[in-house]
Amino acid sequence: MRASSLGLFRPGHSPLHRLRPGTKLLILLVLGAASVVTQHWWWAVAILILGSMLAYRVAGWGVRLWWLQLRPLWMLLAFTAVVHALTSGWQRSVADTGTIVVLVACAALVTLTTPTTALVDTVVRLAAPLSRFGLDPERVGLFLMVGIRCVPLVAGLAQQVREAQIARRATTSTRAFVVPLVVRSLREADALGEALVARGIDD
Amino acid sequence: MRIELERVSHTFGDGPTPRTVLRDVTLTLTERRIGVIGHNGSGKSTFLRLLNALIVPTSGRVLVDGLDTARDARELRRRIGFLFTDPDAQIIMPTVSEDIAFGLRRSGLSHEQVDARVRDLLVRFGLDAHAGHPAHLLSGGQKQLLALAAVLITEPLALVMDEPTTLLDLRNAAMIGRVVADLDQTVILATHHLDLLAGFDRVLVFHEGRVVADAAPAAAIASYRDLMDGER
Repeated sequence: MRASSLGLFRPGHSPLHRLRPGTKLLILLVLGAASVVTQHWWWAVAILILGSMLAYRVAGWGVRLWWLQLRPLWMLLAFTAVVHALTSGWQRSVADTGTIVVLVACAALVTLTTPTTALVDTVVRLAAPLSRFGLDPERVGLFLMVGIRCVPLVAGLAQQVREAQIARRATTSTRAFVVPLVVRSLREADALGEALVARGIDD
Repeated sequence: MRIELERVSHTFGDGPTPRTVLRDVTLTLTERRIGVIGHNGSGKSTFLRLLNALIVPTSGRVLVDGLDTARDARELRRRIGFLFTDPDAQIIMPTVSEDIAFGLRRSGLSHEQVDARVRDLLVRFGLDAHAGHPAHLLSGGQKQLLALAAVLITEPLALVMDEPTTLLDLRNAAMIGRVVADLDQTVILATHHLDLLAGFDRVLVFHEGRVVADAAPAAAIASYRDLMDGER
């Protein structure tokens, strides 16, 4: 799977596709809140990991797609797991790393089973009461859209920088990776902002 | 459409090394097909961005049908669409049809009306088979068509295009050229593909921030070639 299609909506007719976007966001929110409690019990997190895999199955896909959503984070996950295992024991390691796994996999499942437009419309609707406090709900939706757009964009840039690094045999230099990635990300952010303005969005 | 530039200059940066990219440009544009050519860094892109109010001039003013770009930017962007060199920079939504529809989010049109417009454009640009596909997995030519469709969905009166074929191969560049030729809108096109300018009404040649030639395509291109020869 290419970085640019990570988490991108995949049409389907599964129960998860049919579920209302608001309900899916609510489940995700509850899961996030519950993780504060569940991360104390490694076995509860392990059950949630299995549950997230099962949810991918219910959506019509397998564990492979589940793993593909997590693969870009594998270094972070490995680091978290090792540090916690060494400092707090294996139970804590499973609980904390597993919590990240569950939340990332489930967040990706929401975007995989919901068209972005439907998701944004829902967020704009949910944010409508905030207009009383001067917050523009459309702008909240725009933040979400740009956020969703930026994940695969930055992942794609990282892939390009990595390829350039390999081509120039600078594979061990962290600076040779981070500096061009940050510079290119800022340039892309500039271009994205200009494109939004040119398209009459957020004037 | 009537575009007027009155003694327009533009300078980037106000530190110790400001860079003036447009110098005292005065023009009136009323033609339907206007080409813009010149070296990289000659001021073409800055000139185009001034027309869509993406930037405002440091001095002088730009009027589009009487609207001042410094004051009426929002209304102006409704009338003038902008196509960038790199379509990837312009694509915002994940799928082809969502990206085309994106420009109508605050238009007040119903879902059915938006869908109908999107369908029309998908068919017109041969993208209907890709409607639900990830926009970033299209070919370069298809992405530029998508970017163009995304601009046209708002039905602008004019289109400003900043080197839309520079990143494309010859086949795709020719295809974009044909699409541009068929547009009903006023087109202001900056390009290095000089053959795209055949049939244009007027071509401006920029050099070091000034318009050094302003003529029909053949004469303007000849003048541009003389300029390049003179610099060798």
